[in-house]
Amino acid sequence: MIHEAKLMAELAAAKDSAGPVRLDNFSRRGVLGGMGALVLALSLSDRAKADEGASKEKEKKFGADGMPNGWRDDPKIFVAIAKDGTVTVTNHRSEMGQGVRTSIAFTVADELEADWSKVKVVQAWGEETHFGNQDTDGSRSLRHFFQHFRHAGAAARLMLIQAAAKQWGVPASEVKAENHVLTHAKSGRTLGYGDVAEAAASLPVPARESVQLKKPEAFRYIGKGKIGLIDNHDITTGKAIYALDVKLDGMLYAVVARPAVYGGKVVSFDDTEAKKVPGVVKIVKIEGGEIPSEFMPLGGIAVIAKNTWAAMKGREALKVTWDDGPNASYDTDAFRKELEAAARKPGKVVRVAGDVDAAMKTAKSKFEAEYFVPHLAQAPMEPPAAVARIKDGACEVWACTQGPQAAHDRVVKRLNLPADKVRVNVTLLGGGFGRKSKPDYVVEAALCSQAVDGQPVKLVWTREDDIQHSYYHTISVERIEAGVDDKGMPVAWLHRSVAPTIGSIFAPDPKHELPFELGMGLVNNPLALKNLRFENPEASAHTRIGWFRSVSNIPHAFAIQSFVAELAHAAGRDPKDYLLELIGPARKIDPTEIGDVWNYGEDPKRYPVDTGRLRRVIETVADGAKWGRKLEKGRGLGIAGHYSFVTYTAVAAEVEVDDKGQVKVHAIDIAVDCGPQVNPERVRSQMEGAVVMGMGLALTSKITFKNGRAEQANYDGYEVIRIDAAPKVVRVHLVPSNDYNAPLGGVGEPGVPPVAPAIANAVFAATGRRVRELPLRDQLST
Amino acid sequence: MIKLTVNGAERSFDGDPEMPLLWYLRDELGLTGTKFGCGIAQCGACTVHLGGTAARACITPVSAAEGQEITTIEGLSPDGNHPVQVAWRDLNVAQCGYCQTGQIMQAASLLKDTPKPTDQQIDENMSGNICRCGTYPRIRAAIHQAAGQAPASKGDRL
Repeated sequence: MIHEAKLMAELAAAKDSAGPVRLDNFSRRGVLGGMGALVLALSLSDRAKADEGASKEKEKKFGADGMPNGWRDDPKIFVAIAKDGTVTVTNHRSEMGQGVRTSIAFTVADELEADWSKVKVVQAWGEETHFGNQDTDGSRSLRHFFQHFRHAGAAARLMLIQAAAKQWGVPASEVKAENHVLTHAKSGRTLGYGDVAEAAASLPVPARESVQLKKPEAFRYIGKGKIGLIDNHDITTGKAIYALDVKLDGMLYAVVARPAVYGGKVVSFDDTEAKKVPGVVKIVKIEGGEIPSEFMPLGGIAVIAKNTWAAMKGREALKVTWDDGPNASYDTDAFRKELEAAARKPGKVVRVAGDVDAAMKTAKSKFEAEYFVPHLAQAPMEPPAAVARIKDGACEVWACTQGPQAAHDRVVKRLNLPADKVRVNVTLLGGGFGRKSKPDYVVEAALCSQAVDGQPVKLVWTREDDIQHSYYHTISVERIEAGVDDKGMPVAWLHRSVAPTIGSIFAPDPKHELPFELGMGLVNNPLALKNLRFENPEASAHTRIGWFRSVSNIPHAFAIQSFVAELAHAAGRDPKDYLLELIGPARKIDPTEIGDVWNYGEDPKRYPVDTGRLRRVIETVADGAKWGRKLEKGRGLGIAGHYSFVTYTAVAAEVEVDDKGQVKVHAIDIAVDCGPQVNPERVRSQMEGAVVMGMGLALTSKITFKNGRAEQANYDGYEVIRIDAAPKVVRVHLVPSNDYNAPLGGVGEPGVPPVAPAIANAVFAATGRRVRELPLRDQLST
Repeated sequence: MIKLTVNGAERSFDGDPEMPLLWYLRDELGLTGTKFGCGIAQCGACTVHLGGTAARACITPVSAAEGQEITTIEGLSPDGNHPVQVAWRDLNVAQCGYCQTGQIMQAASLLKDTPKPTDQQIDENMSGNICRCGTYPRIRAAIHQAAGQAPASKGDRL
């Protein structure tokens, strides 16, 4: 997530220098707040305050340390124990299907030696100075916070032990905490956790180094995959509350008519008919339309009514005259040609090794290919939504947001309220996929409430609003040229990546991909290439560009993993063997030595790019899919591997292409090496889901623009994968790791990138036809 | 005045008869287990039972439900233990969970008509319900389990 002022400085720096800049490290403001009534959570401890000071002095900038407001491991922030023994864990990360509420809660419970049946989880509001970083993006929740939550649980356990020891007048070393019971074996005495909760809460938090973490062999929950989702019952009975489900007394409902073109503005509007719709309460203009829009509303006309239906009917009856602004002619067919033209000329060099031009001249043969990926919309099943109310000069919000602090800060800015007068409560998210990292809709809700004197308002986005006003995945052309030797192995490799940058929502017309985009599989391409040059020619954005699950890894992996298979075919080689040979022997590459100073914000020493791990996941899916077996006519197997979010994934796809050119994916093998797995069951489900989302962008989904307007509006035009297209066989292979002190990799996103190239490679194997444009749709029917 | 029965309780509504049942259930009755996903019967998040059959509440005007019995996820079973709900929990089908109430209502309707569905019958009957998280393999497995059948392909999951 991005703080705009810092980003502007980074963009300015990037302009002046060809070198990479950091984008992942920003500071934010926040406020302190009380914690509620539970017993252990009495106050913000001294340690958190000390951490605050210490973190300002610290130079270390990796992992959670490098994120705004860092991390906390204070049990007084995250753990509360009631007198009846109920343990309440506060989860500060947004739940959007990755299972984080369950995984974080059982991590604390395990170290606390808590009985899982007595554990509850509550959701933190947005306040990073209190809870640590809350941006739920970048596949970071367990990667950054697992060890800290272990520590919080273990520290709470020690405090319970100390309190029991004090009560019994025995040394703490003689007291054991096990499954919610404190025991003094010598005297045979026992106490429940609730019995000493209050006494424990009054103790100081023990020094960090005095806290002993459990040995992994003693884990009850971590790594076992035996805990069901903590929200399972609520979800399956309709009781789970998403932002769209929040209901306050006297609440009104709002929808907004927004400019169809990014940067468009309201010239005038006539609400005579809209006001006649029964139930419509108020119609108000929302200012906006600035480029770059950042996370602020697009502007438009809000219709506030007594129910959602009336608001929608009122909006239909509005007559708005728009000025479409500078993007009125955006046409993605024409823009694709611009991107292709840019990719055929030299651009800004972002990584170079050896001498590509000289090596090209000595090459026996040359190959070139261009790959195209269109805009995509995240289209989470719950569209953006938020409820806001303003009372006594304070604004309280309930939102399905991946970035509650960002939402807080934007409401503070737009409503010009003191920071401590805005509270953002986080509901469950009905999907996120990056869309809900941008809180424009939260600001809209607050503005609507302001327009009705602070009355509560639920701001609803329809599906059309969502698909037509997304922060879209970028649109890209990747061009790769290679010269190969007499064995068909590349001696020269030129890759040009052209795509509008996410930086364009923060700064006026930046032309280049930012380091975090280049670091998603372009510059840190680990193939063993002696002569290479990677370039990033210029491109401008004409709509809002934003994070979409796995982000720039999508086009980079699609191009590279497709091109490798193309070279393998040209060389007459098996694509899997060729890919492994090109990756080369197992080695650990310092990412900074291959032009990647970002490395997902992680320490390059702790997180080298490990080609041995990449090889292993590829070999694993090859085994899983029985690579090399004879297939039925019309079927093909394809393979791809990729490194992203400091995790290694590979996919083998078995597809069938019928005589009408329709593609059916029969089986997917996906392997993941994300280091130690806190919740293998959820790692599995994330991979299963990533397969489906990857299939969607491979086979069906695209957003196109004409006259500045998105041409798709709902799931009829923007097609996603349905159950009838989902493979009958999805085999998830988890690379085991029992070292829970080893660095964790990301899980939420890395499953996506290898899916599309594996499918395209399988289609080639089945048909001999190479698809270089996504989605495949009916490209094979002609 | 439109009279209808929702989860066994008689209700009457004197608002816009064209209001989709979805918004009546959610905004007027507070039954938010029925979800809004698309508004045009493309995603199935709003699936309820109308006269015992799965229907999309987002395109059903309240007036069309006049005199009918409507069952929402809140009324599917008294204790939340309909076999479909139990199977959904056993297999940890949900990710974000948002679409799952609609999936469960659709699956319950399928099993009522087709107690032992094949994979193909499941695909045909469930393809109107989108899950953007991609839980489809587990949805298939959970329907088989609720039907008392072993899944066609058993994964090594929970």
